[in-house]
Amino acid sequence: MIHQVLFIFFGVICVVGAINLLAQRHPINSALSLVLVMSSLAMIYLLLGAEFVAAVQVIVYAGAIMVLFVFVIMLLNAGAEERGPGGRVALMLGIPAVIVLVGTIAWTLISRSQQFGEVKISPSDFGATSNIAHLLFTDFLLPFEITSVLILIAIMGAVVLGKKEG
Amino acid sequence: MDLKTYILVAVIKIALVVFIMLTGVAYTTLLERKVVARIQNRWGPTRVGPFGLLQPLADGVKFILKEDLVPSNVHKGLYILAPMLALAMSLVSFAIIPFGESISIAGLTIPLQITGIHQEGALSDINIGLLIILGATSIGVYGVALAGWSSNSKYSLLGSLRASAQMISYELALGLSLVGILLLAGTLSLRGIVDQQITPCLSPGNCPQPWFGISLFRFIPHWYIFPQIIAFFIYLMAAYAETNRIPFDLPEAETELVAGYHTEYSAMKFAMFFMAEYLNMFTVGCLATLLFFGGWHGPLFGPPLVQALLPVFWFALKVFFFIFLYIWIRGTLPRFRYDQLMAFGWKFLLPLAIANIIVTSFIVAWRA
Repeated sequence: MIHQVLFIFFGVICVVGAINLLAQRHPINSALSLVLVMSSLAMIYLLLGAEFVAAVQVIVYAGAIMVLFVFVIMLLNAGAEERGPGGRVALMLGIPAVIVLVGTIAWTLISRSQQFGEVKISPSDFGATSNIAHLLFTDFLLPFEITSVLILIAIMGAVVLGKKEG
Repeated sequence: MDLKTYILVAVIKIALVVFIMLTGVAYTTLLERKVVARIQNRWGPTRVGPFGLLQPLADGVKFILKEDLVPSNVHKGLYILAPMLALAMSLVSFAIIPFGESISIAGLTIPLQITGIHQEGALSDINIGLLIILGATSIGVYGVALAGWSSNSKYSLLGSLRASAQMISYELALGLSLVGILLLAGTLSLRGIVDQQITPCLSPGNCPQPWFGISLFRFIPHWYIFPQIIAFFIYLMAAYAETNRIPFDLPEAETELVAGYHTEYSAMKFAMFFMAEYLNMFTVGCLATLLFFGGWHGPLFGPPLVQALLPVFWFALKVFFFIFLYIWIRGTLPRFRYDQLMAFGWKFLLPLAIANIIVTSFIVAWRA
């Protein structure tokens, strides 16, 4: 019961934040709405029993990456953006695309509603830190390390590009 | 424990902790003024009450009665949100911190920790406690960043840019310095880490021999300060930078930036930033105590009531030591230059923290 109430509460915050992100005209307001989305997503992870993922979501996404976003917006002193009337192509293609997408999702959910089981939050240590660590360093060691190298390459690329300017 | 009692106990604990912490903040300001005054051969506040003991009260009344100015051309929503965010995030950390073992009242065993529970005869707390504190700290950066930006003033903006750059840089060294502890303890739960720092005393006959009636050998040799002394110094320096205190107080360097990110704030909004800064100092002290100095464990003696209160006293004493260290350093050291600050964080603390992790993990692997 309490789980459902909390899930609906954070789900609503998440969706409202995402819509607000698009509707706001000032980049800093948009960035802060994204922080809200990230944080409420973390709460939903927590409700699913994935405590480590929830904490990392807050530390990495809401705490580190979005701070950098806000930092860059502040540094560039970006003002409120002008809003044009919107292209005709966007209007002609966008609205039908949204209708098709929402329709497909809704139809799938309704037609298969009998087959969905319940999400069981077992008291086992399913999302515990040690389990995730175990998986990362045994079964998924290679993808994990390759991802780290990829990020390292991206950082080095940024340094090289930054050096050229100065 | 049914839901009603649970909520009642939780509300009482929250109210108590918030009250004690905010009173602590008020009296830390007095302590700071007194100690810094003594270091500089002055008296400090003496007029309000005996020895100036009522000075924090006078300050509080003044903060409340001052006019709450909102300068023109500020981004109003964020201007008001920023101090609230800073204060709220620094209070969140105290939900996770255990202040002692537990107390028994009216047949209930209540852990001295807001998020701790007593279940099936065992105390337990959140098993990602440390990560939640790190998360709350990293969200707290928004308070500082938004304050400077929304004030629409160049000094505030420069102060907050410095503050956020500094906090992002030193967060890395801070987080990595704690990995050594985690490798040794094998848990992220703060209660678990503290429990690792005592020798298990399975039966009364099995305990180490007491020394003058007090068994020091049960806990001191197991404090993580000894195997992790490098990590402790990295933690301490990074934490000083995180809390924007001297010698890392460039975000509020008076000679350059007026008062940094809170230049445009007055009355209670300024006080909220002030409280947040001091609460962060408390968090740093509490974490250092829990991770490196064995938490609330200390010699127990005397009648049962004294024995029940002593752990909290030891905890408070250890935290007080760190608060005093903060003030002592403020009275002693000058400020870094900005390039020195960045070079120190990235070129010295970070590699040292990584080296510490590598050495610790080799030792842990070798033992296992």
